[in-house]
Amino acid sequence: MLLVACPHCGPRDAADFHYLGATNPRPDPTDTTAPAWRTYLHLRANVAGWQQETWYCRACRRHVVLERNTVTNEFRDPPVDPLGGAS
Amino acid sequence: MRRPARYSALGLLTRGLTGRKWPRLWSQHDLRRSYDVVIVGAGVHGLACAYYLAKVHGITNVAVLDKGWLGGGGSGRNTAILRSNYLTPEGIRFYDRSLHLYRRMSAELNFNVMFSQRGHLTLAHSDAALRTMRWRAEVNVLQGVDSRVVDAAEVKTLVPSLDVSPHSAHPILGALYHPPGGIIRHDAVVWGYARAAAALGVQLHQETEVSDILVEGGDGPSGKGPGGRVTGVRTSRGDISARVVVNCAAGWASTVAQLAGLTLPITTIPLQAAVTEPVKVFLPAVVVSGSLHVYVSQTDRGELVFGAAVDPVAAYSTRGSLEFVEGLASNILQLMPGIARMRLLRQWAGLCDMTPDYSPIMGGTPVDGFFVDVGWGTYGFKAGPVSGEQMAACIATGRTPELIRAFDLARFTEDRLVGEKGAAAVGH
Repeated sequence: MLLVACPHCGPRDAADFHYLGATNPRPDPTDTTAPAWRTYLHLRANVAGWQQETWYCRACRRHVVLERNTVTNEFRDPPVDPLGGAS
Repeated sequence: MRRPARYSALGLLTRGLTGRKWPRLWSQHDLRRSYDVVIVGAGVHGLACAYYLAKVHGITNVAVLDKGWLGGGGSGRNTAILRSNYLTPEGIRFYDRSLHLYRRMSAELNFNVMFSQRGHLTLAHSDAALRTMRWRAEVNVLQGVDSRVVDAAEVKTLVPSLDVSPHSAHPILGALYHPPGGIIRHDAVVWGYARAAAALGVQLHQETEVSDILVEGGDGPSGKGPGGRVTGVRTSRGDISARVVVNCAAGWASTVAQLAGLTLPITTIPLQAAVTEPVKVFLPAVVVSGSLHVYVSQTDRGELVFGAAVDPVAAYSTRGSLEFVEGLASNILQLMPGIARMRLLRQWAGLCDMTPDYSPIMGGTPVDGFFVDVGWGTYGFKAGPVSGEQMAACIATGRTPELIRAFDLARFTEDRLVGEKGAAAVGH
């Protein structure tokens, strides 16, 4: 079982979350280029190691940004929380 | 070059009587300073590519490198199911060629790969699923592939252990029946290609990790990336110069491409599988249920081999989970209530290199001399032979063969995706 530490609810089973993948900032659609948009849509760093990613906690119904090691599945506190811990 | 002992009934008899030992399938070598082609990843894809380079194109100065051992990744972790009942014409043509190569593999490699074409059933539990099965059957038939939709009664005749009662929570309305589909011994495929390639002069280097790909003249940092040209690889056993490097690293494809300065449209997600204790043979075909996220076949030894859905979280970890076994058991028991008392022997996981459109990425890249045969997701094993054949042709001739042209990396920048999710047996 994978334990995910929600900053609001504490550690919970990963089944209580929806995994949304590595954080992938969306370019502004009004002034982006087609190549930049395709890069956003398709290309993935697919890091083997620490990556920042977004999870949706079904208990508190908030998106949270966490750092996880994709090889060992360990979590650590992210240095900054770009979404401010709220959805 | 020493030819390997040919396997035959007579050979078996004489060696059985004389006690003479069989020679090793392949031998170990020191790393050369230079190769014509370096293949990263010694699974079925890398080995098949090396075999066809040597056999068809006469390119024998080839090294296949692996950070682990032969067939230790996806090639030894898949559920060994072969089929060609895909959804897109490009996919069907491609996988049918693979099935054709698998059919004659034992004779061609002089190695028994135990291919059993026992038939393949994809169950439909809803009208929508049945519609997709009809769609697949029609496209299959147009491509000359034997597939047809059968009703619940015929499903029951083909596989008596299935519960086809209309009162089940997920009633079986029908199925896509694909008679040429079946199962094979996946380790034998790896060993067969390794032995045949080694006999032609290809060198296999296990426990040889590629730590860097040497590229010059590229647009990215330290001369890597698009516009660059491959000059060699750095390994845990020293540097090798090579003008062609092929990425056959499956789940680790992104990390290998990154060494050459390329980012791929790939996410690595674990896929788990499990096997039961062996019992008397009762399951005559491969059974797949897309809606229930489960597929099952019975090996020649009598074990049931199960697969299910990819894990819900992207990772490079191959640890199994209890959730997987629980979900698998509850789903399979809805299809086959009779196996409730069977015991699971073990479970494992492999890494799937998933692409946005569920089709592979094959051919050249913006880095000259760097080829990819990646993005196989959950379809990799069944595509091994044809991928090797086509990648070898691509490398040797410098032109991308027609059969794999649709799967090029450029499709993601030119909006030509080849959507193959509708043919998935694995849940996503």
